[in-house]
Amino acid sequence: MKAPFKPLVFALGLLPVAWLAGRFWLDDLGVNPIETVNRFLGDWALRFLLIALAVTPVRQWTHWAPLARLRRMLGLYAFFYVCLHMASYIGLDLFFDWQTLWKDVLKRRYITLGMICFVLLVPLAATSTDAMVRWMGGKRWRMLHKLVYPAGCLGVVHFWMMVKADIREPLIYALVLAVLLGWRAVKAFRQNPAGVILGR
Amino acid sequence: MLIRRPGLKESQVTDHRAYLNRRLFLAAGAASLLPGPALALNLAGYQKGEAPAGEKPTPLEAVTTYNNFYEFGTDKDEPARNAPGRLKVRPWEVVVEGECAKPGRLALDDIVKPHRLEERIYRMRCVEGWSMVIPWLGVPLGAVLARFEPTLKAKYVHFTTLADPEQMPGIRSRVLDWPYVEGLRLDEAMHPLTLLAVGLYGAELPAQNGAPLRLVVPWKYGFKSIKSIVAIRFTETQPRSSWMKANPREYGFYSNVNPAVDHPRWSQATERRIGEFRRRDTLMFNGYGDQVAGLYAGMDLKANF
Repeated sequence: MKAPFKPLVFALGLLPVAWLAGRFWLDDLGVNPIETVNRFLGDWALRFLLIALAVTPVRQWTHWAPLARLRRMLGLYAFFYVCLHMASYIGLDLFFDWQTLWKDVLKRRYITLGMICFVLLVPLAATSTDAMVRWMGGKRWRMLHKLVYPAGCLGVVHFWMMVKADIREPLIYALVLAVLLGWRAVKAFRQNPAGVILGR
Repeated sequence: MLIRRPGLKESQVTDHRAYLNRRLFLAAGAASLLPGPALALNLAGYQKGEAPAGEKPTPLEAVTTYNNFYEFGTDKDEPARNAPGRLKVRPWEVVVEGECAKPGRLALDDIVKPHRLEERIYRMRCVEGWSMVIPWLGVPLGAVLARFEPTLKAKYVHFTTLADPEQMPGIRSRVLDWPYVEGLRLDEAMHPLTLLAVGLYGAELPAQNGAPLRLVVPWKYGFKSIKSIVAIRFTETQPRSSWMKANPREYGFYSNVNPAVDHPRWSQATERRIGEFRRRDTLMFNGYGDQVAGLYAGMDLKANF
């Protein structure tokens, strides 16, 4: 069980990219291929973000310690898909029209929020190595990596705001996120009620 | 790679004439088999149309598989999967009511037959930022409406789409306030560009494109061109469309294509023509300004979005 565990999840994480490449190869990206690619990558960025956020709760519910070893990889996969999503938006959709990109970021709130989400994830990816954890010290590192909570919220809101009328899909993501963050909040409150209320 | 291969499929490279002939042959065959009232419209002998300068019609495959028709699902490919076979387009009746001298209940054939069918090759710009060029087949709405003799009180025309949960699986989810309704000012409805369409690419409308009878208003965002019409009502007051009800801040009554007035959540300055890689600039009134700008003379188009 132990040996193939991580490589297996690593391979699974590449499946969406492989699937997209296959669809491209078969010329099966639909009538609006750029939209298809961009949505697909955005979907998987959000899914991996939620999967990464689920590692700790699921590990504690199942008492299955080895799950912890997947957390970094899944978090980096989330960042990987966020980067691909950004690349497809800037490179395919806008075709490197930086002026339009800048206007979009300033004016369109869902793009502003998506961009903030990306910016929040950059330092987390940058400090994901063992050396960085040692250099920062565990406590500061954990503080920094709490940024993943607002990033998750921004990702869901970004998706929600993009939808025209049918909010059922973003609602599912929002509920999953609420469970994952709510569990943490309840746990933190139980351990240290005063700390949660006073923000310590 | 995406530039070189804009998603062409074998069906899209079928010679256009061969495609049309095949459709006409099928329609004629079906009509001859069925006794009684004609169940298929007679589309033969329509007046050919010309594409706008420099425009090429979007392949039929794209026009019929990438649709916004929420009554059959909110994903673009759902109408093509859910509507054909489910949407019963014969017999089809349209109720005409409100401020007019000759209201009534008309069969599809009675609406269309008195007029000569025309092909109109129009740009279609969706509010979502993509566009197509579609060869519609239909009759000028103005000529049809004139037959009902709107009274002096008639200032607007209100249209309603069929809302039958038996035929339309999307209606079960309340993503919009069903039935889908839209409206035009009477002069917009009477404008010679405004078309009551019954077909595209020389054949009857596919179900997913709003069969058997839909509106085409080429200088407005696509959602104004209401599909599968079952009621037309002349009114004195401005109708509230489904999208205005869903989000009044984002969707106005006029919804004219206007690159200078952004949708609150996305820019309307550019659009992606389906089949093309780079975005192109969106034209004022979708390029029909010469014909329709006069309708809005003196109006603040930012306030009346």
